[in-house]
Amino acid sequence: MSASSNSGAFRIKGAGRLTPARTARFTFDGKTYTALEGDTVASALLAHGVHLLGRSFKYHRPRGILSAGPEEPNALLDVSRDASRRQPNVRATVQEVFDGAKIASQNRWPSLKHDIGAFNDLLSPFFAAGFYYKTFMWPKEAWHKLYEPIIRRAAGLGEAPKEGDTDHYASRYEHCDVLIAGAGVAGLTAALSAAATGAKVILVDEQPEVGGALHFDSSTEIDGKNGFDWAQGVAAKLKAMPNVTVLNRTTVFGYYNHGFLGLAERVTDHLALPSKELPRERLWQVRAKKVILATGSIERHMVFANNDRPGIMLASAARTFLNHHGVAVGRAVAVYTAHDSAYEAAFDLKRAGIDVVAIIDNRQVSGEAVLAEARSLGIEVLLSHSVLDTAGRHRVSSITVARNGEKNSRKLKVDALLVSAGWTPSVHLFSQSRGKLRFDAESDRFLPDIYAQDCISVGACNGTDDLSTLIGEALSAGAEMAGHKGAASIDAIAFAGSNLYEWTGGMIGAAEGAGPDTAVKAFVDFQHDVTAKDIRLAVREGMHSIEHIKRFTTNGMASDQGKLSNMHGLAIASEMLGRPIPQVGLTTFRAPYTPVTYGTLVAHSRGELFDPARKTPMHHLEAAEGAEFEDVGNWKRAWYFPKRGEDMHAAVNRECKTVRDVGGVFDASTLGKIEVVGPDAAQFLNLLYTNAWDTLKPGKSRYGIMTREDGFIYDDGVVGRLAEDRFHVTTTTGGAPRVLQHMEDYLQTEFPDLKVWLTSTTEQWAVIAVQGPKARDIIAPFVEGLDISNEAFAHMSVAECTVMGVAARLFRVSFTGEVGFEVNVPADFGPAVWSAIWERAQSLGACLYGTETMHVLRAEKGYLIVGQDTDGTVTPDDAGYGWAVSKKKTDFVGIRGLKRPDLVRTGRKQLVGLLTKDPNEVLEEGGQIVADPNQPKPMTMLGHVTSSYWSENLGRSIAIALVAGGRDKMGQRLYVPMKDKVIEVEVTDVVFVDKEGGRING
Amino acid sequence: MLLIHCPYCEEERSELEFRWAGEAHIARPENIAAISDEEFAEYFFLRNNEKGVTYERWRHIHGCGRFFNAARDTVSDKFLMTYKAGLPKQPIPAATKAEAIAEEKTVETWEQTEGDAR
Ligand SMILES: [Zn+2]
Repeated sequence: MSASSNSGAFRIKGAGRLTPARTARFTFDGKTYTALEGDTVASALLAHGVHLLGRSFKYHRPRGILSAGPEEPNALLDVSRDASRRQPNVRATVQEVFDGAKIASQNRWPSLKHDIGAFNDLLSPFFAAGFYYKTFMWPKEAWHKLYEPIIRRAAGLGEAPKEGDTDHYASRYEHCDVLIAGAGVAGLTAALSAAATGAKVILVDEQPEVGGALHFDSSTEIDGKNGFDWAQGVAAKLKAMPNVTVLNRTTVFGYYNHGFLGLAERVTDHLALPSKELPRERLWQVRAKKVILATGSIERHMVFANNDRPGIMLASAARTFLNHHGVAVGRAVAVYTAHDSAYEAAFDLKRAGIDVVAIIDNRQVSGEAVLAEARSLGIEVLLSHSVLDTAGRHRVSSITVARNGEKNSRKLKVDALLVSAGWTPSVHLFSQSRGKLRFDAESDRFLPDIYAQDCISVGACNGTDDLSTLIGEALSAGAEMAGHKGAASIDAIAFAGSNLYEWTGGMIGAAEGAGPDTAVKAFVDFQHDVTAKDIRLAVREGMHSIEHIKRFTTNGMASDQGKLSNMHGLAIASEMLGRPIPQVGLTTFRAPYTPVTYGTLVAHSRGELFDPARKTPMHHLEAAEGAEFEDVGNWKRAWYFPKRGEDMHAAVNRECKTVRDVGGVFDASTLGKIEVVGPDAAQFLNLLYTNAWDTLKPGKSRYGIMTREDGFIYDDGVVGRLAEDRFHVTTTTGGAPRVLQHMEDYLQTEFPDLKVWLTSTTEQWAVIAVQGPKARDIIAPFVEGLDISNEAFAHMSVAECTVMGVAARLFRVSFTGEVGFEVNVPADFGPAVWSAIWERAQSLGACLYGTETMHVLRAEKGYLIVGQDTDGTVTPDDAGYGWAVSKKKTDFVGIRGLKRPDLVRTGRKQLVGLLTKDPNEVLEEGGQIVADPNQPKPMTMLGHVTSSYWSENLGRSIAIALVAGGRDKMGQRLYVPMKDKVIEVEVTDVVFVDKEGGRING
Repeated sequence: MLLIHCPYCEEERSELEFRWAGEAHIARPENIAAISDEEFAEYFFLRNNEKGVTYERWRHIHGCGRFFNAARDTVSDKFLMTYKAGLPKQPIPAATKAEAIAEEKTVETWEQTEGDAR
């Protein structure tokens, strides 16, 4: 057996452009087939006579291949390399065959030939348009249990992969002077003239090789060459130019504002063994100064009874399979057309030795030239005839033909029927760019009219059919969009082209035998099983706008977005409504032009890169000490450090005890840090914080509260004054970016005269907190050039010094109520300083502690956590920090908001402590608080628990809560009703440990 | 994705680099501590939320970091002009305004599609 016969019995020797020696093997539904390199899955299967590829969406009718391009509505398959690299709903007409591909049909059970869902076809009277809307309305509960599962199972297409995608994807940005979408004759020509000016050009085409319609149109001559060969020559020339990028297998899927376009490049889907280095697909986000749309046109099918059987396909598709892939789509082929172009399919097949049964042309008159050629080839042409019906279970086997208006019909035996109702310009991208279309009644098509962006349409998508005109149009457009107007620039590269035949004809809407008086199934939208009858029903049921008709019937709403069906649907609706097409309107074209995988859109943003984690400089050291981490914003923070055999509770209890008894070391690097510098720095902070800062001496720090104009707490933190004109501001861990934005806003727009500079320094400093009775002892050996004795360096002192020879900022500050220091060293030195401090701390009996212990210890002291104990409706006074609001300042952000009537009234919620009657009972954070648990529901809620912990130091639970009039309720009994019990609590002060505060000054 | 002209960088940059920052030309009262509740509400809470041309603040946050003012058509998303913070509200040239109104008509709004169908 020769390679060519291996690759299918329908392969025609000498036809097509593929190399017979280069084969690839793949499986379809478990059976192995041999293809030629360059085959699509569609052409490879057709070469073996396989036409039945799937079952339809609603009626489960057998379906085959309708087109040879991205517009394919029927032949959707599941394509995989292995379990994790599998994609459903792949168009067989786009997917190139690669060696080892596993391909399966979809939407059938138990098998493609015996599909139980085909029963739906018999029930089709119940599945008419709007059926789901009308039937599955009531009762509501039935949705979850009954309707939804049934609809999902019955109406699904492919099945989504269950495993993670092991491929990787890439993304890049690009800029250019001119982007050209489509590399057919028009796009290539425009690219030549644009590139000749030296402009930066990107030419994009969705197919593996350039040429567009030249794939099938074998009779075109350009510049003295066969059209397809000319196209490849031009592509080679363009690729060699430094100012041109040619992207094959790349779809311009979206045209957004200001010349911004989305491109999806399929990099490896055609390769048998793609290199691991290569991304599967690449997203291009291109900003183009100008855009040339050369997107061509798409052939329409004929709308007649049972027009959906396998073996019925577009005439141009059959030509592609023959002239490009060397495959005959049948042995006895008929053509049913309303357009001259389909005649050429008959000519090509006839010359390849295929029996052409007849050309059935529903027009009274066809083009003279094609008619003459048909006669000379001996092909029977039936003018004023129509195909009224078809037969054949899994493939068309005969067609019923009659003269228009006559009853007498005859049956013709065929194994393929090629159809054409004419060509629809691809105006999708033009429309996405917000350009306005006009309806050309003479040619029954929508054409670009008013442009909204810097773009121009050329060629078939602009309604330009004649090749000479098209070349001229594309040459001028290329030069003009590249900024070179006038003939001079294009004369040098101008060339001629010719077609054998002039194209005429075309129709939209239902053909003979599928009119309003019939009940036949004449499909308009193949993918959603919408028939002409469904559209008429929608109109009868009162849908008058095309948008409503679309939703009611789902016409054009499948993944092919109605590339074949929209015009037919519109024409049928227009006829029913008795209104001309422009008045019925056109549905909107939306991105993406063809489906884009999530992988492409997501690109690198998955796994660890989806939402990158921020790690402190000491992260790896903490991990090595066995730390468990928690997420705080994007930060990974050491949560607790369990020893062998300890659970979280035991570890936190031990850490809490050890810190108060001996000492602890804590990574505080995530604290937000802002350097505020300048002669007006103190004045600026006076305006931004409720406290006064001009009174703070250099070398001292102060706890500050920041409110917004409304008077509610926005952030807090310790601010150290290093010099007259320099402050080291700390913010909450999550608050740094918004605090900086807030500060910048006031500095730039409200107080622009102040001489202040703000710099984010969060990542510059590693911060090692050392807390506990032995804190000073732990750090003392490492601190140079600074007396850190209690007398010389009292609580709330700050100084620049060196620690282990590294320039450092040392804060005497405490978030535990114990003696505390925060050692700030440049981030790169953090690990070394941390290791030395930890080694010494360990030898003195101290521990490492994490955020959980930090939370417990601060709660024992009643220290506030903004965002946990406050929620954006809490004033400094509510939180018990009224002392931090300056009474002397004449202005600060929030000064007026704090005086609002509601903020100064009595009975506001205030932060208080809660002690449960049962000391072992730990309240749930968020628990609601009431005065009387026996009152009728809904109860009057006084507030809620904001923080609650087990305190090992006290041997009991503690909690902080917001309670209405809380400070007036000291000692009172309140209740926290839970699902299964009511917890009795006593209102107390928020400070639970060391109420006098002596330890901090030790 | 829009291109926005930063009046400080003096070039058009991608929308990704910017952050919206609320209505423009709302000055913080000099004597804020002394204003009435009504004046405070007017200053802090009430916004115009106009359909059509609106003045708002933007920040070139992933660029120069500066806040600036912009006139934008909220129907079409078209930026009519941008100018530096601190400048008074800039009048929109008649031609620009006409262009903006024309562009509003190219936008697929509810009124144009679903609304008309009723
Ligand atoms: Zn800027």
